[in-house]
Amino acid sequence: MWPVLKRILKTGIVSEPAPEAGDVHREVDRLNDEILRIVGRALTIREVDAGSCNACELEIHALNNPYYNLEGRGIKFVASPRHADMLLVTGPVTKNMENALKIAYDSTPDPKLVVAVGDCGCGCGEVGALFGPNYATCGAVENVIPVDVRVPGCPPTPLALLQGILAAVRTR
Amino acid sequence: MRFHAEPIDFERQPGVGAPLWRGRAADGEDLLRFAISVHRHDGRLCALWGSDERSNGHGFRVHAIFALDEGWQYLTLDLPADDPVYPDLSGVFAAANRMQRATFDLVGIRHDGEDQRPWLRHGGWPADWFPLRHDAGDSPAHENRPTDYEFVKVGGEGAHEIPVGPIHAGIIEPGHFRFTVVGERVLRLEQRLGYLHKGTERRLAGADFSTGAKLVGRVSGDSTCAFAWAFAGAVEAACGVEPSPRALHLRALLLERERVANHLGDLGMLGNDAAFGFGLSQFFRLKEDWVRLNAQVFGHRFLMDRIVPGGVAVDADAAGLAAIAGQAETIEREVRELQRIYDEHAGLQDRFLTLGPIDAALVRELSLSGMAARATGLLLDARCHRHGYAPPAPWGTLAVRPASDERGDVAARVAVRFAEVYESLRLIRLLAAGLPGGELRVEVAPVPGAAGVGVIEGWRGEVIVGVQLGADGRIARCHPHDPSWQAWPALEHAVLRDIVPDFPLINKSFNLSYSGQDI
Ligand code: SF4
Repeated sequence: MWPVLKRILKTGIVSEPAPEAGDVHREVDRLNDEILRIVGRALTIREVDAGSCNACELEIHALNNPYYNLEGRGIKFVASPRHADMLLVTGPVTKNMENALKIAYDSTPDPKLVVAVGDCGCGCGEVGALFGPNYATCGAVENVIPVDVRVPGCPPTPLALLQGILAAVRTR
Repeated sequence: MRFHAEPIDFERQPGVGAPLWRGRAADGEDLLRFAISVHRHDGRLCALWGSDERSNGHGFRVHAIFALDEGWQYLTLDLPADDPVYPDLSGVFAAANRMQRATFDLVGIRHDGEDQRPWLRHGGWPADWFPLRHDAGDSPAHENRPTDYEFVKVGGEGAHEIPVGPIHAGIIEPGHFRFTVVGERVLRLEQRLGYLHKGTERRLAGADFSTGAKLVGRVSGDSTCAFAWAFAGAVEAACGVEPSPRALHLRALLLERERVANHLGDLGMLGNDAAFGFGLSQFFRLKEDWVRLNAQVFGHRFLMDRIVPGGVAVDADAAGLAAIAGQAETIEREVRELQRIYDEHAGLQDRFLTLGPIDAALVRELSLSGMAARATGLLLDARCHRHGYAPPAPWGTLAVRPASDERGDVAARVAVRFAEVYESLRLIRLLAAGLPGGELRVEVAPVPGAAGVGVIEGWRGEVIVGVQLGADGRIARCHPHDPSWQAWPALEHAVLRDIVPDFPLINKSFNLSYSGQDI
């Protein structure tokens, strides 16, 4: 137990502003606070990988590292769309996932928010065009379910994701 | 050159890439006999795909890549345009099964064995339409209705099935797992994959090199460096181009940074799945520091599009290299401290030890490569010297030491990841201390009709890319192969005897790619 506690104490709270990245950290704090203020309670998100290369998921994972600490602040990733306020969807939506994505969307209680993630999911930029609709994919998420907010990037950074989540809750 | 007295003449692929020999099988019998001979010598089936050659005045073609001690053997077999059938290799190499089924789904050439179930086609396109045929045209109008899949039924008293997926509980790629259990014990696991099939190989047909590099670099986002290097290596071998020593060393630096990033993330996740959240936050903090330096020095957190045909798209200046060397020191100190905590944590060790075991015999049977293979004691690593094998540049001079652990369980895969982090950090320091000179990127002029193969030891295992150029010098056919093709069936074996609640931890210890195998 001692080495664990020692490590925890030595690490301190990394979500505090570090000198060189202070702006980013303050921005993360601000975004988090605003999201929670608008929602007025914990925000629950169901992430759906509907065709991604997995790098978008790596950045979504990063939202839970101690720097961004999303779950620690009351924005939770949940296992079922039935418990979700928001779907965070990566693409390009494959034909083989089209059905599952529609079911997840239908299972999410209204009023629901959908955030399309990544150039593939948004169908934008060079990468979005490379992974546009073909025999195996429907392309952008909005080709399959209604989308409220798009977060482009290949992959989008954790900060961009946070901004996208905020933009989505602001639409309500 | 001939291998084991088999009557096929092979020629060494030119260039600086992995040692690879190319040959043609005269008929199906030749291919089958060669496969049997490779199997008898403890070799592996590394990749298998098909191509449509009718516009070149041929029929269809099967491509298979095998591995023996000295390197890789790339064998092709021409098939007639009508009724293209080749011998089922799955009786020799179990790994052939899914690759053969995918080959039919995409190209419409058939093996002559039993299991003709579709693999990548779930109902999104008609069964008699093959996307990789040159005359396929646009996909026909078709109602996308998921087809039933015939899972193997397991009977017996008290046996019941638990279907999981395609959407899983966490933030994770989709796939379907069908468990047959008695009580909580797993009798059988059958996977159904292909949910992420996005027609990447069809997108590659007709692409130029820079588009090809972008597409192949996105086959599996966590392995973008490995795929981009394998693609670049294939194109360079085809066109007779050799990147400069500086470019090769920078590629190695990028690849090792990718390996460390993934191991750090997985070591955190493994702690978390064994109810040790401390591990997750510590390792995720280190990983975030790591990818931030990637962005600072190389301009992308996961290093996408940094390795390109002809060399690399980025350089590192003295300040960048100093930051890299300094970070390697800090991270090593921290990871060693965390490893001590993991090693001494009774709860963690209790979960890791003896869980999800595979052994070297199974690894051979399934043609597994990479980290999970090394965790059964096999010293397979394309970067490392071993008896009869000389690694390609720049690995030879770096003298990479393969990690190894003979236990084959989750604990072994954790130990191998720790060892590989340390070895990669050593390599990174070595590379950062002295990059040789040379051009960052040399021009690659397409050679119409040429073909090449690239093999790279990614963090999961062997990443292979085969490229064929058309008469116009653009990509006619490109097949990117992820090592997860071979490793997914190993996971089916690893969970036997354990209980369903242990599955997430066993699964995470492999952390296989869905997108990489579904392409
Ligand atoms: S946007 Fe980029 S990172 Fe995200 S799924 Fe597409 S290729 Fe991968």
